[in-house]
Amino acid sequence: MDLNTITEIQRPSRVEDVKEWQNGYAYLAGGTWLFSEPQVNTHTLIDLETLQWPSLTATADGLEIAATCRVIELENFAAPPDWLAAPLLSECCHSFLASFKIWNEATVGGNIIMSLPAGPMISLTSALEGVMTLWPRGGEPRQVPVLDFVTGNHQNVLQPGELVRSIFLPAHALKKKYAFRRFTLTHLGRSETLIIGTLCPEHREFVLTITASTLRPMQYRFDSVPSAAEVRSVVEGIPLDHYLSDTHGSPEHRQHLTYYFSEQIRQELSA
Amino acid sequence: MSFTINGKTFEEKPRPGQCLRTFARDLGWFGVKKGCDAGDCGACTVWLDGKPVHSCLVPAFRAEGREVTTIEGLACNGTLHPMQQAFLDAQAFQCGFCAAGMIMTSASLSEEEKKDLPFRLKGNLCRCTGYHAIEDALAGVGHVEPDRAGHACGSSLQSPLAHSIVTGTARYTSDIKMEGMLHLKVLRSPHAHAKILAMRTEKARAVPGVHAVFTSEDVPKRPFTSALHDDYRVDPDDTYVLDNFARYVGQRVAAVVAESEGAAEEACRLIEVDYEILPAVFDPEEAMLPGAPVLHNKEFSSRIQNAKKNIFLQIDSEYGNVAQGFSEADVTVEGNYSSNKVSHAHLETHIAIASQSEDGRIHVRTSSQAPFQVRAKLAYLFAIPLERVHVYTERVGGGFGGKQEMLCEELCVLAMLKTGRPVKWEFTREEEFIAGVSRHPMTTRIKVGAKNDGTLTAIQVRVVSATGAYGNHGGETLAASLSQSLQVYRCPNMQGTGYAVYTNIPPSGAFRGYGSSQTVFAVESAMGELARKLGLDLMTLQRKNVVIPGDAVHSIWEGPSDAEMGSYGLDQCMDFVETALASGRGETKPEGEEWLEGKGHAIHMHDCIPPTEQRSEAHIKLRADGTYYLTNGVTEMGNGTITSMRQVAASILNSMADRIEIVIADTDKTAYDTGTFSSVGTSVSCKSVSLAAENLRDNILKIASEYTSRPVEECALADGNVQCGDRTIPLTELFATARDARHRLEVMRKAYGSPRTTCFNVHGFRIAVHRVTGEIRILQSVHAADAGTILNPMQCRGQVEGAVAQGIGSSLFERMVFDGNGKMVNPNFRNYRISAFADIPRTEIFFADTYDAYGPLGAKSAGETPIIPVAPALGNALADATGVRFASLPFSADRIFEQLADAP
Ligand SMILES: Cc1cc2nc3c(=O)[nH]c(=O)nc-3n(C[C@H](O)[C@H](O)[C@H](O)COP(=O)(O)OP(=O)(O)OC[C@H]3O[C@@H](n4cnc5c(N)ncnc54)[C@H](O)[C@@H]3O)c2cc1C
Ligand code: FES
Ligand code: FES
Repeated sequence: MDLNTITEIQRPSRVEDVKEWQNGYAYLAGGTWLFSEPQVNTHTLIDLETLQWPSLTATADGLEIAATCRVIELENFAAPPDWLAAPLLSECCHSFLASFKIWNEATVGGNIIMSLPAGPMISLTSALEGVMTLWPRGGEPRQVPVLDFVTGNHQNVLQPGELVRSIFLPAHALKKKYAFRRFTLTHLGRSETLIIGTLCPEHREFVLTITASTLRPMQYRFDSVPSAAEVRSVVEGIPLDHYLSDTHGSPEHRQHLTYYFSEQIRQELSA
Repeated sequence: MSFTINGKTFEEKPRPGQCLRTFARDLGWFGVKKGCDAGDCGACTVWLDGKPVHSCLVPAFRAEGREVTTIEGLACNGTLHPMQQAFLDAQAFQCGFCAAGMIMTSASLSEEEKKDLPFRLKGNLCRCTGYHAIEDALAGVGHVEPDRAGHACGSSLQSPLAHSIVTGTARYTSDIKMEGMLHLKVLRSPHAHAKILAMRTEKARAVPGVHAVFTSEDVPKRPFTSALHDDYRVDPDDTYVLDNFARYVGQRVAAVVAESEGAAEEACRLIEVDYEILPAVFDPEEAMLPGAPVLHNKEFSSRIQNAKKNIFLQIDSEYGNVAQGFSEADVTVEGNYSSNKVSHAHLETHIAIASQSEDGRIHVRTSSQAPFQVRAKLAYLFAIPLERVHVYTERVGGGFGGKQEMLCEELCVLAMLKTGRPVKWEFTREEEFIAGVSRHPMTTRIKVGAKNDGTLTAIQVRVVSATGAYGNHGGETLAASLSQSLQVYRCPNMQGTGYAVYTNIPPSGAFRGYGSSQTVFAVESAMGELARKLGLDLMTLQRKNVVIPGDAVHSIWEGPSDAEMGSYGLDQCMDFVETALASGRGETKPEGEEWLEGKGHAIHMHDCIPPTEQRSEAHIKLRADGTYYLTNGVTEMGNGTITSMRQVAASILNSMADRIEIVIADTDKTAYDTGTFSSVGTSVSCKSVSLAAENLRDNILKIASEYTSRPVEECALADGNVQCGDRTIPLTELFATARDARHRLEVMRKAYGSPRTTCFNVHGFRIAVHRVTGEIRILQSVHAADAGTILNPMQCRGQVEGAVAQGIGSSLFERMVFDGNGKMVNPNFRNYRISAFADIPRTEIFFADTYDAYGPLGAKSAGETPIIPVAPALGNALADATGVRFASLPFSADRIFEQLADAP
């Protein structure tokens, strides 16, 4: 929609070109959320497109995803064959409510920064132990695990003017086996729950990442595949008010599905 | 900076925060539509460097130096793109508002991508078609049949609007540029119930570009009702153009007109209002209790029956004697059923543009289902003679009852009269949800009594309907809910009590199914329970009790009635559905013991015409060039009446449909029509056409007989000529000879909505239910309709498909949700999901073979009613699968799983 309060667009080629940060500034990535709601407190958009960060850099250490990487680029990424978890990239792209046309514009960073429970890029990068590089205004870059970046529904640790530069997925996580479960109230709708389990083929470490159900991603690590009782007990540890209540699912149903799918994931990965 | 759209270069610059959608429209590319302005519906889809994007989300400046293609740029040198042709051949649209975006998305898909349409089309919503025809278009399946004289009735003829729809040239209400046009925006109440003590508008008036600010001080001191009926007295006068009381969150309290929408919005934000917050009530049962906050402290002349108890209307009526009926019963069942508040979600939002011509007449271009009622209301409100007001529609992007309401025209006229400039007001999607109208949430308590052999002895219903903050349609929907829902049963004792109750939620309105859907859900669910209790199959129970040919139509009312079964196809419909469900067709249940399977169906009988006044007038003439010119006041919003009317006339005149030019929905160009709602498009509006065409035909034959001196029995009309024995007289020649005063080649006929015939619908489902997650999968969906003669099979199927899709959405997941302060929490398509392609199974559709005694060429209503049996059919299938009766709509997994987990 037209953002009628916007009076200026800045298109910097370097971040330093953005002078004094002001209230009313916002970074513009894909714009797919910004332009989907009135932004009455914003008057200036700072376009990140002109920074021209390389979207995806794969090395032996892992995958560096620029914040400005479009969802479609992640979907099309051809991973090395030993990255067993690579199909998760596509599974998570397909976990948007948004259509593939929106993937042409929306960015990975934009989705994580929105910090919505149903953010599939959050599910992906937190399950794969991603670490974000943030560029604070005036300070040194800092690194924050995705898991700690998102602190609640539409809440995160980003400071005013702070820029998300990239998300790094370590190779050891990308080499894990994984199991994926998702549920939506309408077909291909918004995630009511999205749960990912990973299993390290070498050390047998099992990581359960619960997203969409809960206000923020929750992760549980076990040295080996846990028992049904152990999985049940970690889920039991999540209070009901940590589950999201909205029109895409009630807290009770999300909790119920979390039990059900966590156990399925456990079984799948113990096989 | 320059922009290239459809190969043309533009030097104009977008505003900084402008999106590509409005920028393209500003440059004249009106094919780019708005359904949501938020990325959810896809109506705005264009290509950017060949890739499809939602243009409402694309910052316009980013299109600089890139290639933008809109629907208007898809055809190449006058040859349609194959996808446009495919949409044309399959007629993959009804109102056509989604078509541009749907085609732009579809045309971008590779053959491989077309294999996964649920995924590829999930960002394109269509509220009308139910997606079957769209799937057919993508598969290259065509439905349109050739236009041949003598075959008009019963052929799948193309809509006369089809070409303009697939090329993006059809002009919907907003697709017009007007010199000097101002934009209107409103300030809305943040409180569910408040008195406005003071309003300060100075800052707002000071915003550059603002022309005027209006408050309750500036409006006519005439109460009215926004509902559109021929007889306005069936609805209460409880509304002001701007009021000094706010009765729901979102009610407009002030309006601004400005040079731009942006300036108007800014001014609205600067209006300061002092509210005295009043206690609010959201539950209709509570609203009727002593001590509840009173919404309308109004005089009896407002036609509010019991203002102190918040009851707009109470109905009590009994036919026979239910007490006695229950005493004769061997078995009774009772239940409480509730239905959800559902949004029409027509893809084109409400919009009107008011202007004035030099002669002082007022012109209102609007998206309305009843232009003549809008005219009457405007004339009343502004105390101007009827002839000074001209109301018309061009293309209307869906209605479903939501536009049987005057919600924006009056403010545009007020502002236009004060500023002397044309004024436009277009609802946002959010406004559509919070301040448009929606389906009445109703709770129904029902009790049914029967003998051991299944014979019904008594039915009793008590309905509480939440009309919301205003009473529009509250009374008529209540009456329908108490009567139409029962009349399919031949039960000697029926009693209904109903209350239409004010609460501090947004007003409800006319919605496809008009009150019947909600109570039929209760009645058919109760019948399912009764059958289970009696150990009978539901079909058997129903066959024992349904009305049969020759029966009078009755429900709870005593006294005379003009409802008559002009034809009867219920038996055929029930047989179709029973056979289809037994056939084993459809999908098989998914593997696994967690999946349960069940079958269910429901039946309905509906009056094709409302009991309120309903009339329509058709004019038809032969022109010098041998073509016909037909006018009627009906509205076309995807209902297809424009196509049916031409077919009816073509059939009677034995001509090609293309020989008939038709003009509709314009108070200057057509004669009075009550409005297009309540199933009347065929049964009344088309009826006037058939009467006029018959008269014109008879006149032509009489003239031909005189001209050739042959007996009239030897004369027959054909396409473009009259055959009199062995002589062929071209219509042009006949026209030239018919100069005599005794000859009339221009005729007019009125049709009146009485007697009112009835149509029948039966829907069946076989479903799978996951007993852990609560997921419901539809394995088979079957619908049988008795719509009399099927004038246009493609179109009738389309109406059924669309209605069923709307029914599935409102039964399975659609729900307007309000927080504890009466604020809607999901006023957008992101969070109020309507059926997408992926949600809708293919429905098998059957039509009964009947010929109606009253309808034009034996036809009767087809479009409104198929939605009605959908919810109870699902409820019955769910009960069959799980053993649990679910009594509250919708059946979304999160609302049903708990009861499933407890189930055996
Ligand atoms: C139809 C539709 C469906 C959607 N479905 C889903 C869904 O299923 N799940 C879900 O989670 N979300 C969904 N969304 C919302 C969604 O999160 C996004 O639209 C998208 O992921 C945002 O990415 P973007 O690049 O377009 O961000 P933008 O709209 O450009 O920006 C989003 C926010 O992030 C800030 N920002 C962006 N990049 C940076 C950066 N590098 N550093 C600092 N700040 C930055 C912006 O200032 C803004 O506040 C949906 C949106 C639409 C329109
Ligand atoms: S108008 Fe752009 S997606 Fe609905
Ligand atoms: S035809 Fe698709 S919305 Fe009307």
